[in-house]
Formats: sequence, C-alpha cells, structure tokens
Amino acid sequence: MSLGRTYSVALVGLNGYMVEVEADIGQSLPAFIILGLPDASLNEARERIRSAAKNSGIPLSRRKITANLIPASLPKRGSGFDLAVTMAALRAANDIRPTGRTVFIAELGLDGRLRPVRGILPAVMACVQAGYPRVVVAQANQAEASLVPGAQVTGYRTLARLALDFGADPQELALDFEPDDADADQAGAEASAPCPDMADVSGQGEARRALEVAAAGAHHLLLTGPPGAGKTMLAERLPGLLPDLEDHESMQVTAIHSLCGLPSPQVQLIRRPPFENPHHSATAAAIIGGGSGLPRPGAASRAHRGVLFLDEAPEYERRVLDALRQPLESGELVIHRSAGTAAYPARFQLVLAANPCPCGKASGKGLDCTCTPIMRRRYMARMSGPLLDRVDIQLQVDRVSLADFGQAGAEEGTAAVAGRVKAARLRQLDRLRPFGLDTNSQVSGRLLRGELRLKPPVTRILDHSLERGVLTARGYDRVLRLAWTLADLADRDLPDADHIGQALGLRQAAAVAA
Amino acid sequence: MKAKDVLGRRGEDLAAGYLEEAGMLVVERNWRCSGGEIDIVALDGDALVIAEVKTRKSLDYGHPFEAVGPKKLARLHRLGAAWCRDHELRMPLRRIDVIAVVDDGGGNPVLEHLKGVG
Repeated sequence: MSLGRTYSVALVGLNGYMVEVEADIGQSLPAFIILGLPDASLNEARERIRSAAKNSGIPLSRRKITANLIPASLPKRGSGFDLAVTMAALRAANDIRPTGRTVFIAELGLDGRLRPVRGILPAVMACVQAGYPRVVVAQANQAEASLVPGAQVTGYRTLARLALDFGADPQELALDFEPDDADADQAGAEASAPCPDMADVSGQGEARRALEVAAAGAHHLLLTGPPGAGKTMLAERLPGLLPDLEDHESMQVTAIHSLCGLPSPQVQLIRRPPFENPHHSATAAAIIGGGSGLPRPGAASRAHRGVLFLDEAPEYERRVLDALRQPLESGELVIHRSAGTAAYPARFQLVLAANPCPCGKASGKGLDCTCTPIMRRRYMARMSGPLLDRVDIQLQVDRVSLADFGQAGAEEGTAAVAGRVKAARLRQLDRLRPFGLDTNSQVSGRLLRGELRLKPPVTRILDHSLERGVLTARGYDRVLRLAWTLADLADRDLPDADHIGQALGLRQAAAVAA
Repeated sequence: MKAKDVLGRRGEDLAAGYLEEAGMLVVERNWRCSGGEIDIVALDGDALVIAEVKTRKSLDYGHPFEAVGPKKLARLHRLGAAWCRDHELRMPLRRIDVIAVVDDGGGNPVLEHLKGVG
C-alpha cells in the first residue's frame, strides 16, 4: 500500500490539536503537494523534506507525493510538521515500518538534522491529553518536552538515526552525519538573572511596606512619585517577594514562554513568577497579544502568574491601558484574528509607576514644578478611572532622604520579606479555599461584606468615611481587602481597627496624588 | 552528433523497443512541427499515446521525470492535437506517457514508464 500515516500537533494559542498526516504516492510525474490549510512556512516544508531525505540517504519517491493534514479545516502553521510529513512519505514508500501512534514534532534542516521548534511544551501536553504519549522531537527540544508528566519523549539529532529506529535499511542511511549543535551551546547564556534584592532599597519604609502587602495579597499597585525616587527599583523587586509557582501554574507559565521564545535545549520549568517590563511605546497587540494570522501572546500573558510592570504608565496609549481591564477581571485574554481565536491566560499582578506630572517635580510642595494644574490633571487622567479602580494600593513614593540614604546595608533583604509573604499567602489559602479563591485581591465585595463581614466597631472609621462621602463603596471594599492582607501579614485571624487604619493609609496616599 | 544527442537517441530506441514489447504499436518517431517534437507516437489499443522520453546518464542532476514540468506537458498536449490534425485523424482517447531512461553506459539501462500523466 502506498499510504503512510503519522501524527503531529497543531497549536492554536496554547491549545494543541492532534493532526493526522497522510501521505500517498501516486503514479504520476514527481510532485509534492501538501493539503490541509498549510501556511507559507509549512508549504516550504516540501523543499526541506526532499533535501533532508536525500541527504539522509533515503530519498523520497520520484512520484507524486500528496500529503494531507487532517482535520483539513484547521489552519496549520510553522515548520513543526516537517518530520511528521517526512515519516508519512517514507512510510508510504515502504522505506520504514508503520509508526503507530507516535507523534512527530520537529523541523528539518536540509542536511537531515532535526531542528527544535517553539511551543513544544504545550504541543506535548496536548499529545498526552489526547492519549498519544509517545513523542519524537529534536534533541534540542527533548529537555522541554520531557517536562510534561506522562510523556514518553525521544529526542533525535538526525533523520537518519530516526529512520534507522523505524526499520530503514542501515546500508543506505547517512548514519555518520553528526551535526555540531551550535544552537545547543549558545542557549545556556540566557540563564535567568537573579531577582534584585530588597536590601538595595535605602529608606522608603512606607513603600517597602506597601510592596510587601502587595506581594502578600496579590494586590495591584500604583506608585507615583518624582523621577529618581526608586519606583522602578521597587517594582523590580516585587517578583522576588512572591512565592514559587505551583506545579500547574509553572507548566502554564513555561508553556506560554515556550510559545514566545526561541527554542532552547536547556529549558526548565519556570518556577519563579515572571516579570514583564514593556516600554511605554508598546502597542495593544504587543501588550495583550496579537499579530497577523493566529494571535500570539503578548506581555500580559508572558506576565501570567507574575508581575506586569508598566513604568511611566500615563505615557502609554490610553487604549493599551484600557485593554488590560479584561484580563484584570477574568485572568484571561481571548484574541480574535482572521485565522482563528486564541485564549491565553493572563492573571498577572499589575504594577503601575507614574510621575506626578509631565515635568515630574510636583511631589511634596511642588515648588519646582513648571506644569499648570490642568496639565497635571490631564496627565494623571490618562490612566482611566475603571483601570485605577482595580488597583488596590495607590502609593506616593517620595525622594529618599539623605538620612536614609546614608545607611545603606541596614535594610531588610528579600528573603526575610518573602518569608512573611509566604506565611500570609498560606493563611489566605486556608481561609479562602472554600470559596475557590487563593488571594485577598480576588475576594469580591459581596464576600467581604457577607461571610467575611467584620464587626461594626472595627469598621467604624470606614463606615464614617463612607457616610461623609470621603470613600466610595468600591473604595470601601478595597480598604477591606487590604486590611485582610495586613492581618494575614501580622498573623492575626481577623483584621482589627488598626489594620483598617493602615489600609486606609495605603490607599489615601493616592488620593493626594490624584 | 553530440554526445548528449547520442544518449538521447539511444534512450528513445530503448523506449520504443519497450513499448513494442508492452504490446503497443509505435506509429511514428521524432515527429516534428513548428511547435516542437514528439519523441514517440504509439497506439495502445484504442488510445493514442504521445510518449516523451527522457534519458540521463546518472541521477546526479535529478531524476529524468523531474525534468518534465507543467510547461512541457502543456506542449505535449498541443503537439498531440497537432499530430492528429496533420494526419487527419480523430483520436478521442489520447494520453501522455513519460518514459525515463537512466543509462550509465554500463549496459544496464533502467527504464521507468508513467502512463497518462497530466
């Protein structure tokens, strides 16, 4: 029979779908046709496959080869199908034995080497889920593919070696070809830089405290202050305070980064919360994901389970900032493009930093500030109300005083703070698990004023503020959320009036700025 | 005659012999008109066969079949029609065959035949 059948995976966003690859050899003039909505790079596979097979010692049939990728209606893209199509064509010519339920995901070089592809982690996850645990990948992808529990991954360097294991004639094969793995060595360089330490931040007691609270309750954070006050420095230290990712989170995060990055042979599961720091010229597509054809993840998704830091937030285009409202609400981004719809998780902790005004000098008495009041108002108004509504902690950061600056090295380090954060997270988990939540920032107002209601004497200041109209109803809830986190940090079961007072302080700092 | 033409001639002789052996009747060889040349015209039962023969010494520069592209096929179709007009024949069953001959001169030429392409 001149028909070969193999399996591969098509990725749509983070979801992988099994693709059956059929190859038929017809008695007609030499041609190579790929059916099933291939994109340009997949259509180029024909030339790569012919050369790779020839240079591996097993030339493809000199007849008409028709490869069909099923389901035909699902758009396929990228070079990862090279290997599956090749194996199907070789099987159709009876050069190798049937490959059964083995899944092939790799790109081919003209010399017959197997090259890594990106997104191997979500692809292999899909294989295991669909009940195809045996996966063949390029050697350089093996480490990443093996991260998936339950997958039986085999990595090969060359097509010849792979064909040998599937019963090709060893006399014919170019087995002595061993590619030098130039791409394997260079990847080691990008080892993750350690997160900077809190001990580097001099003074800024209030800001340090706010950062700790933000980390403990996963609260979104706005820092306003003059240039040089240390807003960026503080924000960069937030990921270090966050606890390690859980197993399932870690898989998700690694999968997203696998989709974005270039393939690397030394991939490990990402255990630390990622930190994304896009420039303020970024477009909506860069932040939330997009691109032509099938949308790709943006900075918000890359910051999933980590920190999305928007420095100089008012400088961003307004629609970019407002595009973040959906993921802030749902923890997910659904992006529609012509070739399909992709859903990427995007549950990040948002940190905004802003100067108080365009000239940046309006802090304190603001005597040096050259901006008119209307300019200042307009500047801050670029961050829309609905966005800021979701930011629990809004803090003013002032320039560090000389007294504080002198005592470098006296500050508490990241490890100590992270320890308290971890303990506070565990407390929250115990309390909130029955409601299906894990951090205070997710608690709804109804829950706060329902099952988690505090006694009236505790909330007296709040009630008073609400009555006087100083605090909105939404602001009331935010103060409560913060108070719970403060109580968790203090290792208390319930917030008391003091915690409420502190929480009010963390919020009202912003009222001055805004 | 140039070496390549000798080789081509030898290939066509081989192919014609092969077609005869396969039970076809070779009607005409190297028929030319302003549009080009047909290597072999043969009859396979009721069908008129326009056969193109491609001969190579080795596979170093690709298989002979690979040298027959869509342009060449189109020309063969036109030539087939021209041949029928020229001979005032109506042949409703007409097909194009391609015969590849790989002859390294060692006395063991390999011949492959594709029927009814394009």
